[in-house]
Parts: sequence; C-alpha cells; structure tokens
Amino acid sequence: MSDFLIKGASLLGAEPVDLLLSDGTVAEIGSGLSAAGAEIVDADGLVALPGLVDLHTHLREPGREDAETVETGTQAAAMGGFTAVHAMANTDPVADTAGVVEQVWRLGREAGHCDVQPVGAVTVGLAGERLAELGAMADSAAKVRVFSDDGKCVSDAVLMRRALEYVKAFDGVVAQHAQEPRLTEDAQMNEGELSGRLGLRGWPAVAEEAIIARDCLLAAHVGSRLHVCHVSTAGSVEIVRWAKSKGWNVTAEACPHHLLLTDELAATYDPIYKVNPPLRSATDVEALREGLADGTIDVVATDHAPHPHEDKDCEWQAAAFGMLGLETALSVVQQTMVDTGLLTWRGVAERMSATPARIGRLSGHGRPLEVGEPANVVLYDPAFSKVVDATELASLSRNTPYVGRELPGRVVATFLRGTPTVLDGKLQ
Amino acid sequence: MKRHLLSAGDLTRDDAELLLRTAEELRSLADRPIKKLPALRGRTVVNLFFEDSTRTRISFEAAAKRLSADVINFSAKGSSLSKGESLKDTSLTLEAMGADAVVVRHWASGAPHLLANAGWSKSSVVNAGDGTHEHPTQALLDAFTMWRHLGNLDGRRVAIVGDVLHSRVARSNALLLKTLGAEVTLVAPPTLLPVGVEGWDVETSYDLDAVLPKADVVMMLRVQRERMNAAFFPTVREYSRRYGLDGRRMANLQDHTIVMHPGPMIRGMEITADVADSNRSVIVEQVTNGVAVRMAVLYLLLGGSEPAVGATEGTNL
Ligand SMILES: [Zn+2]
Repeated sequence: MSDFLIKGASLLGAEPVDLLLSDGTVAEIGSGLSAAGAEIVDADGLVALPGLVDLHTHLREPGREDAETVETGTQAAAMGGFTAVHAMANTDPVADTAGVVEQVWRLGREAGHCDVQPVGAVTVGLAGERLAELGAMADSAAKVRVFSDDGKCVSDAVLMRRALEYVKAFDGVVAQHAQEPRLTEDAQMNEGELSGRLGLRGWPAVAEEAIIARDCLLAAHVGSRLHVCHVSTAGSVEIVRWAKSKGWNVTAEACPHHLLLTDELAATYDPIYKVNPPLRSATDVEALREGLADGTIDVVATDHAPHPHEDKDCEWQAAAFGMLGLETALSVVQQTMVDTGLLTWRGVAERMSATPARIGRLSGHGRPLEVGEPANVVLYDPAFSKVVDATELASLSRNTPYVGRELPGRVVATFLRGTPTVLDGKLQ
Repeated sequence: MKRHLLSAGDLTRDDAELLLRTAEELRSLADRPIKKLPALRGRTVVNLFFEDSTRTRISFEAAAKRLSADVINFSAKGSSLSKGESLKDTSLTLEAMGADAVVVRHWASGAPHLLANAGWSKSSVVNAGDGTHEHPTQALLDAFTMWRHLGNLDGRRVAIVGDVLHSRVARSNALLLKTLGAEVTLVAPPTLLPVGVEGWDVETSYDLDAVLPKADVVMMLRVQRERMNAAFFPTVREYSRRYGLDGRRMANLQDHTIVMHPGPMIRGMEITADVADSNRSVIVEQVTNGVAVRMAVLYLLLGGSEPAVGATEGTNL
C-alpha cells in the first residue's frame, strides 16, 4: 500500500499543515513534511476532516437492487466523504436476523468503498409485534449496536420499553423513527396551511413530537440509550433539549434536506420533494439549525433513500417517500451551517464523524486527526461551487431534490484507512 | 387566460368574468333548435377519468360536442394502492393521438398539475376534480349560477356548509368567489375544517344558525356517512341536527337567498328533501349551467378569440 503525503490541508479549518498517511494510520502531522516514495496530494485550499460517518442510510440490498446496491451506495458514500455508513434494516428480507446483517456487512467489505455497519431491526419483519433476535445480531460478525425499525415507528409503548431495556445488555441503542401511525394515516406532507390548500393529507408535527416525548421518558425510566432519527420539527428540538437537560441518554439526528428545504416545495406536486418525515416550515428549519449548532441535535445523518425513477415519476400520492443524500450532505451542511456562521469545521467534524461513530459504537471511525489514529480523512474544497446534476451521481438512483440547485463545495479526496476511495474528485 | 385550468386560483377577475360572459352567450344556445356550434371543429378533447364520475364526464362530453370537437373518453383504473395505469404512459398515448385538450379527473391531488407541467404532453389540461384539492369548473358553474340569480357578486355572502376538509368544491369556490368579490363563510364542525384555514382569507363558523340569516347563497356540501367512523362527527343524526339544512332552518333565510348543492346529494343527511325540492333550490339549474360553463372553458382555452356565438356553420376558426 502506497503512502500519501497531503500537503497544506487546513486541518478542521485551521492553519494549513501536511499529513502523512502510512500503513493505514496518520503517521505524521506537521509543516514541510517529506516522505520518500509517498504520493503527494496537493491540498492547497482544502479542508481536512475525519472520514464522515452516517448513522442513517438505505442501501436497498438485499431486495431492491434496482434502486441501489451496497456497491453503488458505498460509492456514493465515498464520493460524499463518508468512510462508514449504517445501513438501515428495511431491506427484503428485513435485516432482523444474524444471517441478514452478516450478509450486508460482508457485501460492504467486498465493495470496499467505505465500511458498512448494518442496523438490526427491532421487531421481526418490522411488523412491530415481536422483538427480533437483537442479541444474536449483536453477537454476529456484524457486531450490531444500532437497532431500528426505521421506515416504521416502534409505536407500541411496551415493545419500545422492552427494546430499550434489552439492548442495555450489549450497549446497544434503539434508533426510533418517530411517527405516530394513527396520526399519520395516508399522510402526504407537513400539516399546515399549505397541506390544506393543496388537498394533501397532513402530517402533523405532533405525530413526531408525541413519540419523541414518550420515548425520552421511557429511556429515562429504564436507564437506556435512545437515538431519535431525522428530527424534523421545532417542537422535537425542544423536547430533545428538555430530555438532555435532565441528563437523560438521548441523542438525535437531523437530515441535510430538513436543514435546507421547506414544505413550500410540495406546491409543485413534484414527488422528488416527498420524504418521510416531510419537509417542514421555515420556522422548523431555523430551529433545526439552531439545535444542531448548540448540540441539542448531535449529528447530521443523510437518510439516503434511493428510489427507481418510476417510483418518483408519478402522482405525489402514489410516489415513494425519500431522497438521495450521501453525495450532497457535506455541501448542504456547508451552505446551511458553516457559511451561515452557525458551525465551524471542527463542529462539522464532531456532528458528522466523531459523534455518529460514538453513538454507533464504531471504534475505528470518528477518531481525531492525530498521529497514530486511523487514516480516515476527507479533503474538501469549500470554495468550489456546482449545479447539481443527477446524472453525475454515483448512486444507482436519481432522486435528488437538489437538481438544478447550486450547492457549494466538493469532496476532492476520501481516504479509508490510508487508501483513497476518492481522489481528484473521482472514485478509485 | 393561462393555457391550463388547474386551479380556480389561476383565474384573474378578468378571466373569470370573461368565462361567465362567454358561458352566458353559450347558454342561450340551449334554447335554439340547433344546439351545435362549429367553434372547435377538428379539435380533439379527451376526457381522461382515473376516478368514476359519470355526471362530470357527461357534462364535459356534452360541452365539447356542442362545440363540434371530437371527443375521446378514456377511463383508467387505479388508486394510490394499486398504481395501475400510469399517468405518464396514458398522457404520452393521448399526446400521440393528438389531443388538444385533456379533461382530467383523478383521485390524486395535483395529478392535473403534474400532467400540465411534467413535459409529457402539449395539450391544454382542464382539472375536472383532483383528490381533495380542486374542482375549478364546478366553482365556475356555481359562480355562474349565483351570478344569474343575484347579479354582481361583490359583497354577496356565500355560506359553504359541510365537509370542507375533504371537499375540492369548497377549495375552488373559496378561491373563485374571493376573486369575484364575494364574502365566503365556511361552516363546519371543527373536525371538518382544514388546519390552516385561517390563512384562506375567508370567514369560518361552527354555528350554522348564526350564519344563515345573513347569507345570500347557501351551498351545502356532500358529507359521507363513513366519516363518522373516523370520528369526524359522532353520528349522522347529530351531524344533521347541527349542520343539516332542513325546512326549519330554510325559514330563516332571506327571501332572495338560493340553496345550492354540487351533487350528488344525500337527502336526509346534509339536506332534507323538502329543501332540495323547494323553489329556493337551484340544484337542477346547476347541472344545466355546468354544460355552458364547460363549453366556455374549452372554447377559451383552445384559443377561441372570435365570439363563440355568431360563428356560423363552415366558418374557419
Ligand atoms: Zn426513518
């Protein structure tokens, strides 16, 4: 394996330094470094961040290889600067056994573009009736620590309580997709004035907030870890802030699209903007940004949700929920959080690498960029600007809501344990 | 006027008044021995129905035929559960058949919007009712009916009563009547008013009896019995008692006040038979006016610049 000498990278946005990556680790950091035989990477003007970690992606394999595969999904991840992604369990078959999580884990290793950490289902078949064999998944080669029925809410309070209790045995966490099912039957978009005008069934904020409040109380009651997926409303931010003030072990994520886009886009009836949870109001967007800035929201997670063209090229009501996110996440975070002065690059590294790795208990990721640490590094050019073109994406699907939109920044290189998965902006 | 009629909100006051005047001219045709005009000869109008509605389809069909257009009826099955016939494929087919106008009725809110804007077809799109969104030609025929009875609608008070939440008729009427200067009050139990209705620039009330004495028009909306199963109201009986229009309530109306219903009615639920059949009721007339208004819409959307009436057989339009 060849060594790489990164010249003049701005480490977490600070003064430029050189980094020598050797044998999968950060071997040296300093100025004017030289190393015989090392491949030089000119990082003038680039920000160096630790490899990004995503707590929430849908890689669709097994079952929906027409939308995404572990191969293409991890390519998209690498292009977005990620060195590890969690793959949600709502595949076909559902990742609710040791066998399926090991299969996904193995597919990730074979693909090699980034590490794939499977998420295990909380309940058998995501049906919300019986606990899946959480212990078997934890003990498997995939070492599952994050459990989620994502796509569906563990709405039964007793099941949720038991799941929270049970995962304490192996330091697991339950990642809840907070959506009260009865309040959101056939719901299509954020409930507000616009849903009433458009005649699209409303998705009230309370359907998310009521579950989050209940789960925070349950987690406190049984002394377990709760992670709240894709927080989308100002009220949810308030509840998480309150739970944290009590000292409860609650973490939360926000998605890039919820930091940038609002429900006004539904007025186009273009299902490219249809997502679960739905795009919310500008007030909610503002609250999410503040929550992410002050640490109430711990991490940015993409909820990368590929769908084949025909599932989005139809009536809003008939279309699938979800949007791509891996390849645009860092750009959206730059635009909404960094360029607005809400978050430093150090803060970005924390929200998109260190903290998600800690929540997911990934020991080899989210480490600081220091000598002796794993060489998981992203080089990012914040001065770059591009108009998003869906046909240029590495993902197998094209359902990005940012088509035609100008976004800042570009991932120039991604290193996974010292090996470039992306170099010069191209997949390796 | 825009090239499509997707929402009643797309119409300016000038557009709406032009439509009403044109409908008035065309309505006079109904009294003539020959009920046909050559205005749309050689043009093709497709009735594309993803949801059954015989009355709306027949109304559009009659309108197109009286303007000498060729009419193709196309019903496609499907629902949000079984997607069935794809809107896209269907519209590409119609495009290939050379449709000049597509009249679309769909179970999904926004489907006509998609049809007009997705780049699949070049036809003019007329929304004939989409999901719980809008039904602009119904609003036009309602306004036309009011206008014929009351004249200018400026300052006229219109009460729209019933299941506003699920009603595309209410949405379109609220938009169009506002444009025409009327004052709209939506009357319903709180469960059947949409969230955010405060932003619609209309009055709302939970109390039908308080609204009726001042109304110039009372429009009753259809209320499905099944809504009680989803707890929108406790029982049909309670609904009728609080929001139904019966003879006792009708007695509190002003002399000139008319009673409307977009149909199909559920007699005994939102309206009693004696009210529906009373001389205040213009419900049958609404149907007649529907054809005239839809003729006006097709005529104006398909570029009729010369007067619709007066053109004689053989005139090249
Ligand atoms: Zn989810």
